[in-house]
Amino acid sequence: MFDSTINLLVFCLAFLSGFTIMSVELLGGRILSPYFGSSIYVWGSIITVFMVSLAIGYLIGGRLSLVRPNLRVYGAFFLVAALVLIPTVLFGDQMMDFVFLAIMDPRYGSLVASALLFLLPTVVLGMIAPYSVRLLVVNTHHSGQVAGLLYFVSTLGSALGTLATSFYLVLYFEVNQILWAMVASLILGGTISILLAKKHHAYNDEYTG
Amino acid sequence: MNIPDKRQTLGSMKHRRIGLAGWLVGILMLAVTTGAAADRIIHREKSLYRNIVVKEGNGQRCLVFAVKLGDKNQTCMDIDQPEKVVFPYARMTFAGLLLTPAPKQMLVIGLGGGTIPTVLAGLYPEAHIDVVEIDPAVIAVAKAFFDFRETDNMTVHAGDARVFIKRAARKAPRYDLIILDAFTGDYIPEHLMTVEFLNETRALLTPPGTLVANTFSTSALYDHESVTYAQVFGEFINFKLPITGNRVIIAANGALPDRQLMFDRSKQLTARLESHGIQLNSFMPHLTTARDWRDDARPLTDQFSPVNLLREP
Repeated sequence: MFDSTINLLVFCLAFLSGFTIMSVELLGGRILSPYFGSSIYVWGSIITVFMVSLAIGYLIGGRLSLVRPNLRVYGAFFLVAALVLIPTVLFGDQMMDFVFLAIMDPRYGSLVASALLFLLPTVVLGMIAPYSVRLLVVNTHHSGQVAGLLYFVSTLGSALGTLATSFYLVLYFEVNQILWAMVASLILGGTISILLAKKHHAYNDEYTG
Repeated sequence: MNIPDKRQTLGSMKHRRIGLAGWLVGILMLAVTTGAAADRIIHREKSLYRNIVVKEGNGQRCLVFAVKLGDKNQTCMDIDQPEKVVFPYARMTFAGLLLTPAPKQMLVIGLGGGTIPTVLAGLYPEAHIDVVEIDPAVIAVAKAFFDFRETDNMTVHAGDARVFIKRAARKAPRYDLIILDAFTGDYIPEHLMTVEFLNETRALLTPPGTLVANTFSTSALYDHESVTYAQVFGEFINFKLPITGNRVIIAANGALPDRQLMFDRSKQLTARLESHGIQLNSFMPHLTTARDWRDDARPLTDQFSPVNLLREP
C-alpha cells in the first residue's frame, strides 16, 4: 500500500520539479532584460546556465542515490531548492547591479548574472530526476521502463511550466509572485515527502524491524 | 460497417484538396494585387532579429521588416525628394520640438531607415545626436540604402536601448530630447515600456527636456501604457491623428509649456520643417492632455509587463 503511495508522490514531485525548472528559466529572460536586454545572447546565457546546472545536478543526484535512497533526503532536495531560490527573489537586483557594473559586455554580463541567479537552484532541482528513478526502482523491477516513465512525467511538467508561465502566469502575476509560489510549492512538496518518510519508516519498523 | 466510413473519409479528403487549391489561388491573387506591380526588391537579408527587405516602387524606397505576407513598410524614402518625411507617424514625432525647440543633445532609440535622426541633424547641425539601434544589420542597411550618415555629431550605438540607458545613467550625460521609436514592428520590447525604464529615461533628461514616444493607439495595451506614462511623468501630451493607428506620447521632465507658447513655436518651426513635408501648426488641434484611458489599468513594471499579450485584440 505504501509503495504505490510513494510512487505516486515521486511522480508528482518529479512533475513539480520539471514545472519549476522551466518556469524559472522563462522568468529568467524577464529578470535579466532590464539589465542586459532581451537579445538572443541573453537567452543563450540563460539556457547555457540551465543546461550546465542540470548536468551537474544529474551527476550529484545520481551519486547520492547510491547511498540508502530514501524519501527524507528526497524531500530535503526540495527544501534546499526552495531555500537557494529565495536569494534570487530577494537580492536578484543587487546581484545584477553588481554584475552590470563589473562587466561591460552584455553577453558575459548576462552569462555571469544567470549563473549567480540560477545555477544553485537549478543544480538542486536537477538532482531530483535521477534520485526519483532510484526511489522508483527500489519499488519495482523494470528499471528502464521506470526511468522512461519518470522522464515522461517530469518533461511533461517542464512543458506545462513553460506554457503556463509564458501564456498565462505573466499576464496575471508579477515575476516575484510567481517565484514565491514556486518556493512555496517546493517547500510543500519537500515537507510531504519527509512526512511520508517518517510514516513509512514507522510502517517498516512495525513489520520488518 | 467499415466501408461507408472509409468512403466518407475519402470524400472529405477530396473536399479538403479543393479547399487547398482555392487557398493557393487566393494567396496568389492577393500577392499579385498587393505586390503593386512596380515594387522590386533590391536587398534582402536575414538578420539576428528579423528579415530585412529593401524594395523600390512608385518613386519610393522602403525598408520592410518582413515577417509575413503583406507586412507593412517600416520606413520609406521619396527617391526624388529624400528630405520629405513620408510616414505620418514619423512626421508626428517632430511635435516634440514644440516643447524643446532648440535641442543640443538628443537621443534617438530605434534607427529604422534613419529618417528621424537625419532630419534632426539637418535642422540642428550643431547639436549632438546619439542613436541606439539593436540590430547592426539595420544600421548597415540605413547607411547603404537610405543615405544615413554617421558624423562627428551623429553617433550610432549598436545595442539594447535599456542597457545603453542604464549605462548612460551612470556616466550622467543629459539629453534635451529623447525619441523612443522602437515599437514599430510586430513585437514590442517589453522591457522598454515599464515604469522602471521610463524612470531611468527621465533621469537622462535635462530639467525641461522632452521624451517623445511613437507607440500604438489600439488594443488593451493603450490603457496600461497610458497609466504607466502618467505614473512617471504626470500629465503628458497625447497626440493621435485620425488617419493613423499611431499614437505619439510627448512627456516633459517638468511642467508642460502653455498652449500659446507651443502655438507660437509651431509658427516659427513650421517654416523650417516645410521642406520635410511636416506641417507642425496642423498638429496643434490634435495635441491634448485629456485622459481617454481607463485609470484603473495596471501600470507596466519590470515585474509585470505582458506587453505583447496585451496587444492581442
